[in-house]
Amino acid sequence: MTTAELVDMITVVIDGFEISVPKGTLVIRAAEKLGIQIPRFCDHPLLDPVGACRQCLVDIEINGRAFPKPQASCTIPVEPGMIVKTQLTSAVAEKAQRGVMELLLINHPLDCPVCDKGGECPLQNQAMSTGQGESRFEGVKRTFEKPVNISSQVLLDRERCILCARCTRFSDQIAADPFITLNERGALQQVGIYEKQPFESYFSGNTVQICPVGALTGASYRFRARPFDLVSTPSACEHCASGCSLRTDVRRGKTLRRLAGEDASVNEEWNCDKGRWAFKYVTSAQRLSHPLVRNSSGDLQEASWPEALAAAVAGLQGKRTAVLVGGRATVEDSYGYSKFARVALKTNDIDFRNRVTSNEERDFLATAIIKSEPTYIDIDRADAVLLVGFEPEEESPIVFLRIHKQVRKRGLKVTAIASKLSIGNEKLKANFISVVPGTEPAEIKKQELSAKSIILVGERASESSGSLSAVVELALKSGAKIAWIPRRAGERGALSAGAIGNLLPGARPVNNIEARVDLAAAWGVDSLPSDNGLGSEEIWAAANTGEIEALVVGGVDPMDGEKSHEALSALQKAFVISLEIATSNVTQFADVVFPVAAVVEKSGSFMNWEGRSRAFEAAVDSLQRSDLRILSMLADAMGLPISLPTVKAAAKEIASVGNWDGAGADFIATKPSAPHTLKKNEAILTSWRRLLDEGSLQEGEENLAGTARKTVVVISPKRAKAIGVVDGDPVCVSNAHGSVVLPVLVEEIHDDAVWLPRNSRGSHLLATLGVASGAVVSVVKE
Amino acid sequence: MTTLTPVLSEHWDEKDSFTIEGYKRHGGYEAAKKALAMEPDAVIQLVKDSGLRGRGGAGFPPGMKWGFIPQGDNKDHYLVVNADESEPGTCKDMPLLLANPHVLVEGVIIASYAIRAKKAFIYVRGEVTHVVRRLNQAIEDAYKAGYLGKNIFGTGVEVDLVLHVGAGAYICGEETALLDSLEGFRGQPRLRPPFPAIAGLYARPTVVNNVESISSVPSIVARGAEWFSSMGTEKSKGMTLYSLSGHVVRPGQFEAPLGITLRELLEMSGGIREGHQLKFWTPGGSSTPIFTADHLDTPLDYEGVAAAGSMLGTKALQIFDETTCVVRAVLRWSEFYKHESCGKCTPCREGTWWLVQLLRDLENGKGTATDLDKLLDLCENILGRAFCALGDGATSPITSSIKHFRDEYIAHITHGGCPFDPQASTLFASAKAGA
Repeated sequence: MTTAELVDMITVVIDGFEISVPKGTLVIRAAEKLGIQIPRFCDHPLLDPVGACRQCLVDIEINGRAFPKPQASCTIPVEPGMIVKTQLTSAVAEKAQRGVMELLLINHPLDCPVCDKGGECPLQNQAMSTGQGESRFEGVKRTFEKPVNISSQVLLDRERCILCARCTRFSDQIAADPFITLNERGALQQVGIYEKQPFESYFSGNTVQICPVGALTGASYRFRARPFDLVSTPSACEHCASGCSLRTDVRRGKTLRRLAGEDASVNEEWNCDKGRWAFKYVTSAQRLSHPLVRNSSGDLQEASWPEALAAAVAGLQGKRTAVLVGGRATVEDSYGYSKFARVALKTNDIDFRNRVTSNEERDFLATAIIKSEPTYIDIDRADAVLLVGFEPEEESPIVFLRIHKQVRKRGLKVTAIASKLSIGNEKLKANFISVVPGTEPAEIKKQELSAKSIILVGERASESSGSLSAVVELALKSGAKIAWIPRRAGERGALSAGAIGNLLPGARPVNNIEARVDLAAAWGVDSLPSDNGLGSEEIWAAANTGEIEALVVGGVDPMDGEKSHEALSALQKAFVISLEIATSNVTQFADVVFPVAAVVEKSGSFMNWEGRSRAFEAAVDSLQRSDLRILSMLADAMGLPISLPTVKAAAKEIASVGNWDGAGADFIATKPSAPHTLKKNEAILTSWRRLLDEGSLQEGEENLAGTARKTVVVISPKRAKAIGVVDGDPVCVSNAHGSVVLPVLVEEIHDDAVWLPRNSRGSHLLATLGVASGAVVSVVKE
Repeated sequence: MTTLTPVLSEHWDEKDSFTIEGYKRHGGYEAAKKALAMEPDAVIQLVKDSGLRGRGGAGFPPGMKWGFIPQGDNKDHYLVVNADESEPGTCKDMPLLLANPHVLVEGVIIASYAIRAKKAFIYVRGEVTHVVRRLNQAIEDAYKAGYLGKNIFGTGVEVDLVLHVGAGAYICGEETALLDSLEGFRGQPRLRPPFPAIAGLYARPTVVNNVESISSVPSIVARGAEWFSSMGTEKSKGMTLYSLSGHVVRPGQFEAPLGITLRELLEMSGGIREGHQLKFWTPGGSSTPIFTADHLDTPLDYEGVAAAGSMLGTKALQIFDETTCVVRAVLRWSEFYKHESCGKCTPCREGTWWLVQLLRDLENGKGTATDLDKLLDLCENILGRAFCALGDGATSPITSSIKHFRDEYIAHITHGGCPFDPQASTLFASAKAGA
């Protein structure tokens, strides 16, 4: 803490003990610091105080003047000269608390034996510590029909609810989704939704977690387990680059639920519904359990590990091979792929960016991002946030919550350069700068930022040529920080691990001889390949021409890039080694398939967008091997060992190899592409992936899918008028490759643009249209 | 013998008392003209000097509330008049607004000017359509006459007055719940601080005053602080509206100096209905601990009533004679509180739910002697533990009635039911007896 941040400290006496706490600290928090636990329900450190449950009543006097009645310690900040007597030293406070507890229980069904919360329930626990043992209530309890589905994934048992308003306050204050409120009054007060408008928030699961009773339960977990039967493991979320800390709860080798972990500097105590409720892919029927090898008749056949390794070695023999690793690999696995490419395959043809991408982005990552360390705190302190090719709520939800926190707290200025005003950006009260896809660079350059500003750049910025160059220029001019926030959890780590053609591990530029020598020495090899490798799109193309003859593919979906048909034919032509957790679009073309462990089955780490390590241990026992272990076995079999038998060994080596502190590469700006001219009924396509969509890691999660946003085509009022449609009418978006027909939503979007979700039910743009943004499509009434 | 001092009610018996002509005939809107020629701070000082205390129940001086509004803060200020009169037994503001709505409008002009508010609101309870109509007409006429709007009396002072009709919730009489409701939210009391004077309506400095408080201001401006403080007692100055209801011969509003006694008021109202005696009464609505015949000579001012163990409240004197079952009356009130509890805090929400069940059992003879102790202990767990005063109010009739009439509660238990004939306490019963 710097001197500028020194805060006033206030000394108070609680139960006879003195304590100094920062000005503004609530009495209940100050007591916590002394280890004095005042019972509470509505209080939550991240929500505004409300003082509703009255469970935390204590006696307070200030400078000798006592309050005439006990006060709610969750609402009163400390003051100089304050003397607090909690239930431990005040008979009045003790009786008040017992009285409130008794009242809380009169209308509670006490159905703990069948309640999900039983065993980890604040009401149950505090009824034991502060309750009467036996109730004096002999009357009639309030009853409700139960449970009520307030969304496909959250159920409400109104009888159990103690009306603390944590869920409604969370939804309003934190998630900016005030879709649930308290209705009715008196004991009939209840949490409710608007009629026919379910609780479709991306963050709804947090309400289940912070519910201090079993009133809100998750549909996927309800009645599945008792908390005391679960084994909990601290974990890291594999779904996006926000970097949430999680807790994975497992019973008999199966994940039953995941909770948001506490990490004040990253996700605080929250996570998104995808991180919480998308984990069944691990136990899907498509999971691979044994290696597969393509036999002489062309069929994939189960094989032993030695057979599969031998087939792989034979297949790679003498072939120019490239490596494609998906953006979901752990740091250690990416490092394994990176080292495997350089040492065993002697190539720099490796890329983790199997998506719409560009060489401009690769340069940008190697220069502006690889050594930068922006953090969530930079958002907390920013005077302005600029969003470029990035939809925080859809693409990195915890970043969204963090921005929203500052918007709510101090009116943080948010500017979004995008083609369509999104729901998330509306909630951030963002200044929306409407652009035609492809014209972002000019608008970026016009922005006025300061050294206290932060530019949040998404992976989609690479889809508009010149955008990243404009961002670099703007940052240079203003001193603003740049943060690159990719969608996938593994990309930032893969960049550091050098799973890209222009960088070796530890920020070592491929074309820097000192960097190469340094790493070669560390790895104990004579030399490393010296030319920049190919990018993912170039690799697919080279495999099509036969220039590249073999591919090692890990965790990649060929349908994730533009020209997906080229990727498929490349897979068909090349010798393909596939490392996958389950059968995928690659499997049918693979010559050797190695099953790999899912995140929950192995240890490792992710690196979130800040470059912060998110290490985790295996949460379930599994015989599956990590990618790293398999690559190490394969390298051994090839006689070119990479010596990374375990995740621990890799982590150790990554640490010892360290970061290159020599000169980095220079960024060479890229020019924007020429604007398109549009004919009648033509528009420029723009799209992004929604948080909840048809992503492969969300497979089998029907409850979760039930809260996904509706799949629509978005056009401007002007275009709607021109083609004669109103909200809900079917509209056809097409190009030479294919077409998508969806109901239309007329909204704020650039007149020349048309928006569709990239990978939602009924809208798989890369597969159907072969493009996702910036391309001309026709938009007509169906 | 105290005499009545009709000021607000002086012309209620005139046919057109509620019209602007009727009001102006007796010097209406002259006080506002006088006030607008004064410095705003001088108006505040005048109201402070008069000793006027809030007539909504708590007795907090309006002049002090006005003084809390930060001046020169470049923020909008608001005046909100609490006309959500819903306390059982209380019927002073509604008759006043029916008979003399313009005195409130004039008070609003003066008060808004004093606190530098350009916008004022009257939050009126929604059930009283006839009052709403008269208020609407009064406001419209005041606008037409140039007494409201951009340039009042040509002085350049601006006050807009908005009438907001509530939707029928007792809790919205609580000032912060009222503000929430006025903002379009569900009415539930807000956490304080911040107090309304700092962050009230739309988070702006706001004064919330009762109808009668604001309506008293024009007379203070017109006749002076000294005149006002010549009435009443040492710390409870001025005249006020006492509303008598129940078993009295002539129920209604009696405007008298603070400190008058029930004995005097009963004389004025023709006494308890014939053939009956006073049993118990509320000094200020159902939320104030009940009194008995022992309190006939208690001065009805803030201090006098407090010293006797109750609260002056809204000066709603509900009179019950010996035909009334106190348990039944208390049960009725408790049912009201249960119905009106907003649900925000545990003690009030759950406590009223339980209280009603206990009282119902007692009234029906299903209670036990231990239920009385339980009832008292429960009240102890609600009083001073709830978020706002609604919970406190719910316990007052119970604890005070057990204090004065414990034997009657016991009689219900030993008798195995209510020993009273409920019909005997009805008005038609007395009509029959009289006939």
